[in-house]
Amino acid sequence: MKIDLTETTSSKINQALVSARRAIGTPAIGMVLTLVIVTDEENAYDALKSAGDASREHPSRIIAVIKRVSRSPRSRRDARLDAEVRVGSDAGTGETVVLRLHGELVNHAQSVVLPLLLPDAPVVVWWPEDAPADPAKDPLGALAQRRITDAYSAEHPGEELAVRADSYTPGDTDLAWTRITPWRSMLAASLDQQSAQVVSATVEGESENPSCELLAMWLADRLKVPVERTVSAGPGLTAVRMETKNGVIVLDRPDGSLATLSMQGQPDRAVALKRRETAELLAEELRRLDPDNTYAATVKFGVAKLAGQAAPTPAEPAAAAAPAAAKKTAAKKAASK
Amino acid sequence: MSGVPGANPLRDPQDRRLPRIAGPSGLVIFGVTGDLSRKKLMPAVYDLANRGLLPPGFSLIGFARREWQDEDFAQEVHDAVKQHARTPFREEVWQQLIQGMRFVQGNFDDDEAFEQLKTTIQELDKAQGTGGNFAFYLSVPPKFFPKVVQQLKKHGLADQKEGSWRRAVIEKPFGHDLKSAQELNQIVHDVFPPNEVFRIDHYLGKETVQNILALRFANTMFEPIWNRSYVDHVQITMAEDIGIGGRAGYYDGIGAARDVIQNHLLQLLALTAMEEPGSFHPKALVAEKLKVLTAVELPEDLGKHTVRAQYAHAWQGGEEVPGYLEEDGIDPKSKTDTYAAIKLTINNRRWAGVPFYLRTGKRLGRRVTEIAVVFKRAPYLPFESGATEELGSNALVIRVQPDEGVTVRFGSKVPGTSMEVRDVTMDFAYGESFTESSPEAYERLILDVLLGDANLFPRHQEVELSWNILDPIEEYWDKHGKPAQYPAGTWGPAEADEMLARDGRSWRRP
Repeated sequence: MKIDLTETTSSKINQALVSARRAIGTPAIGMVLTLVIVTDEENAYDALKSAGDASREHPSRIIAVIKRVSRSPRSRRDARLDAEVRVGSDAGTGETVVLRLHGELVNHAQSVVLPLLLPDAPVVVWWPEDAPADPAKDPLGALAQRRITDAYSAEHPGEELAVRADSYTPGDTDLAWTRITPWRSMLAASLDQQSAQVVSATVEGESENPSCELLAMWLADRLKVPVERTVSAGPGLTAVRMETKNGVIVLDRPDGSLATLSMQGQPDRAVALKRRETAELLAEELRRLDPDNTYAATVKFGVAKLAGQAAPTPAEPAAAAAPAAAKKTAAKKAASK
Repeated sequence: MSGVPGANPLRDPQDRRLPRIAGPSGLVIFGVTGDLSRKKLMPAVYDLANRGLLPPGFSLIGFARREWQDEDFAQEVHDAVKQHARTPFREEVWQQLIQGMRFVQGNFDDDEAFEQLKTTIQELDKAQGTGGNFAFYLSVPPKFFPKVVQQLKKHGLADQKEGSWRRAVIEKPFGHDLKSAQELNQIVHDVFPPNEVFRIDHYLGKETVQNILALRFANTMFEPIWNRSYVDHVQITMAEDIGIGGRAGYYDGIGAARDVIQNHLLQLLALTAMEEPGSFHPKALVAEKLKVLTAVELPEDLGKHTVRAQYAHAWQGGEEVPGYLEEDGIDPKSKTDTYAAIKLTINNRRWAGVPFYLRTGKRLGRRVTEIAVVFKRAPYLPFESGATEELGSNALVIRVQPDEGVTVRFGSKVPGTSMEVRDVTMDFAYGESFTESSPEAYERLILDVLLGDANLFPRHQEVELSWNILDPIEEYWDKHGKPAQYPAGTWGPAEADEMLARDGRSWRRP
């Protein structure tokens, strides 16, 4: 069921939520968190779809905050709130409120969102793109226990990671980090099998993909060895090599789905390492709402330090083809900063 | 965690995103052509792989009589996975799994086949890097247990070598009385050390059952009333709507009490009634469970406080179904129970005087398993006499399956001008608050076997204590009278209702 409200307020939206639930006969039960998505008209559809899919695992109230661009001085003065309330089958397993903020109201989004948060339940804010430089200080970010950014969507992912490291506050996390969980768990498992001391490592992947940097920094931070980041055509991460005293461990994934694990003295083995959908990443992110200290340590390791220690071949992004980077809109980033 | 050498720099307890992946290992399934294997074990293995919880190189060996090649076996697993797996089918996950799939053909008394199995395991250690760690899943009728474990011993397959493990996984029934259970334990422990023997009670792998511990020991609001001062009685029910189907050979002579009460219901009772363990270390948990099972006491008059029955020919849910005695392969004079209800008390400070009613049966109203803690009525009701006529007892119901969740029942004023109180329910459903599909019990249990985590498996002492509780009842039933009859599709015989009525109580309709 869907209710459209124009020139409305938070309390009217709350009323609409109650009456929508009454109308379809299911009381509000079982929602475990409020997910606030801060986005624009262009990305709202995809973000809402991912959030709706993730809500099958984490039933939630999803609030999409869409900031409308005002093109004339008059519309900038005109503050207006439009909302769309979706309950029942239209809204995953929870309920969805799409807020459209016009004019001056764009700068006061938290005033609209605060009354709509579920009582007592955790709040998560997700910026699919254009995350603020300091998410925890952002008025919307300040409402949340968990703040999800995505360095992958940034114009300059490397710099973005440095910004994330500077402003890190417990509760921050990034989808570029979430993307490498299967890689990390497979690499950890490979060292379970062969506890040899690692002397150096290489992470290979497409340029402009911050997940590669994060994985390299994680390895460097945990193993305390130099880690080199090299560039390939992708898709995404393509290989990790760990040189150990007993030979090399290679996890190689040329096609973005099936990887091969090769270790000294052991046969090559196939390992499923499929690139995951945003909905799955989000679902993983929502599973734990406590601060992710491993992410903190990794991102604070520093991109600069990583580039510095692997002197011989500095990452040269210009030449490599980066198909994924192209689909992200570049202009928005500049506009927001 | 076993199988994990001490210092892996990539592992960090703070890093809670990294899942518990089993170390290098493989699983050997005996009786791989059976129903359980196709419907539960193979899909569970696939689901684990799909969730990235199996180690690279994980291997699956099927052992059965059928004349299959590795490819036929792989095809069989493929079909089973496609049909029964919980998570979507992914080609790349399948490619990972198929590399480690082997089939060994043979009988259980066929020495050659076990040599073949040994060679296969050695080959997999080389080809897949399984490191000699293998779990043997005995998905075979209990009469073959001794044969299989002795064969494993004879061919050196059960030898625990330095730095690797061999484990045995066995399914119920764990014997049919105390004596046979002890014999079985002895046979298995003769070959595998007790801590490498995993007894599967798939109920303990269910999320809802593990949640009993969370509900009781992570919250403050339930514990203060979880005792004889507030609880009137507890009803633990496991009902099935199906008959014995094709299992006549297994079921006749065993019956509902041995099949269900001895393991599932007594485990649920132990978890519901036990004291708080000092930690969730397996030893601490089992110590509490053993304590409460030791404190269980049978009623003095077994005739009055236990009931057994058989389903009779009737219409059930729109279908005409035969009675138990008319089923194929059942002796028309059989005294086997398809329904059993018993009353137990627990002799300790917390539960003295609080009866625990356990019931189970086939061809009952619907398929449901639940634990209902029924509370005492308020000592005084300051309302007019008519106002609380419709008010029942408060209750907390843990729905184990299906529709997993917790229901709390209490009285509420009916809207209107007069004061009238009526029962309402407050409901927590897993499907609403957590994943749409929580992991299957077998997924969790197989992973725990590979990890060597024994928390969710009944230990042999628990099995023996449970038989200790049930044996006198079975003996009494053997000597006195014969089972009552109940129409299929109802909630059991009138005798069971009378049994509770004698105590001034009644069964919940689950």
